[in-house]
Amino acid sequence: MDKIRALIVDDSSVMRKIVERSLRQAGIELEKVVEASNGAEALTALHDNVVDLILCDINMPVMDGLEFVREVAKLESVKNVPIVMITTEGSESHVVQALSAGARGYIRKPFTPDQVKEHVLPVLGRKP
Amino acid sequence: MSTDTSFVARSHEENWLPVLELAVEEVFEIMLGCRVKPMAQSEHKPNGEFTAMIGLAGALCGILTVCCDAKTAGEIAKTMLGDTADSKAEVADALGEMCNMIAGNFKNKLAGTDERCMLSVPTVISGGEYSFHSMAEGNSVETVLLFKDAPITIRLQLQS
Repeated sequence: MDKIRALIVDDSSVMRKIVERSLRQAGIELEKVVEASNGAEALTALHDNVVDLILCDINMPVMDGLEFVREVAKLESVKNVPIVMITTEGSESHVVQALSAGARGYIRKPFTPDQVKEHVLPVLGRKP
Repeated sequence: MSTDTSFVARSHEENWLPVLELAVEEVFEIMLGCRVKPMAQSEHKPNGEFTAMIGLAGALCGILTVCCDAKTAGEIAKTMLGDTADSKAEVADALGEMCNMIAGNFKNKLAGTDERCMLSVPTVISGGEYSFHSMAEGNSVETVLLFKDAPITIRLQLQS
């Protein structure tokens, strides 16, 4: 399988490391990992880096995950990059808002590596 | 005006506690790979060198805190990250994320409430020389669990 470039957006550096580890445990080979601690930083990172996948928290300072997804949808160069939300917000309305805004997947924290595999591989066009 | 019966039915603290305990147990099992059970509170009182807190607003208004000693906070971070967790900032970050996931898991278990309750970003205090005064005076539930033989207190204070 091809290696991918991932952008991980979470205000917790610990959680960014856990997400990266979970991707590797899911059998996803990573060529490059770009990190951002909020949506605004992530938009800057997208300007400077080409990525194949975005994993994004919702509750973050400066710019939250839902606003970030809406902003990405407006950007021609990155609007087709799949976004999977990874968040403690588990309500149906948050899921609907995220998917309506353009996210392709939704994982609730706490999560297992198997859940990452189940939700991330399909958006990369791979079988879980 | 509609009344959310599931929310009203849970308005007494004895109804909140089992939900909180279940939320805590699940987060520890999934994120740290260990089973924890509530302990008798009189037996164990942690030295509160690290306190993580997260605010709840909306249908539920209050604060959830996770309190433990420095060694235990370090053990949590190491279990989450492996031996790479060494800085105080990373230990605080790990405890804050545990608090965040417990609060999120707790509210997600309350049918009809999760949609109307928001969480703040977590805050972590290191050092035990402080007094805690919450504006959320009302129901308060607390559970103490043992993680690697050390007590951790999880407390939920909700505004009446």
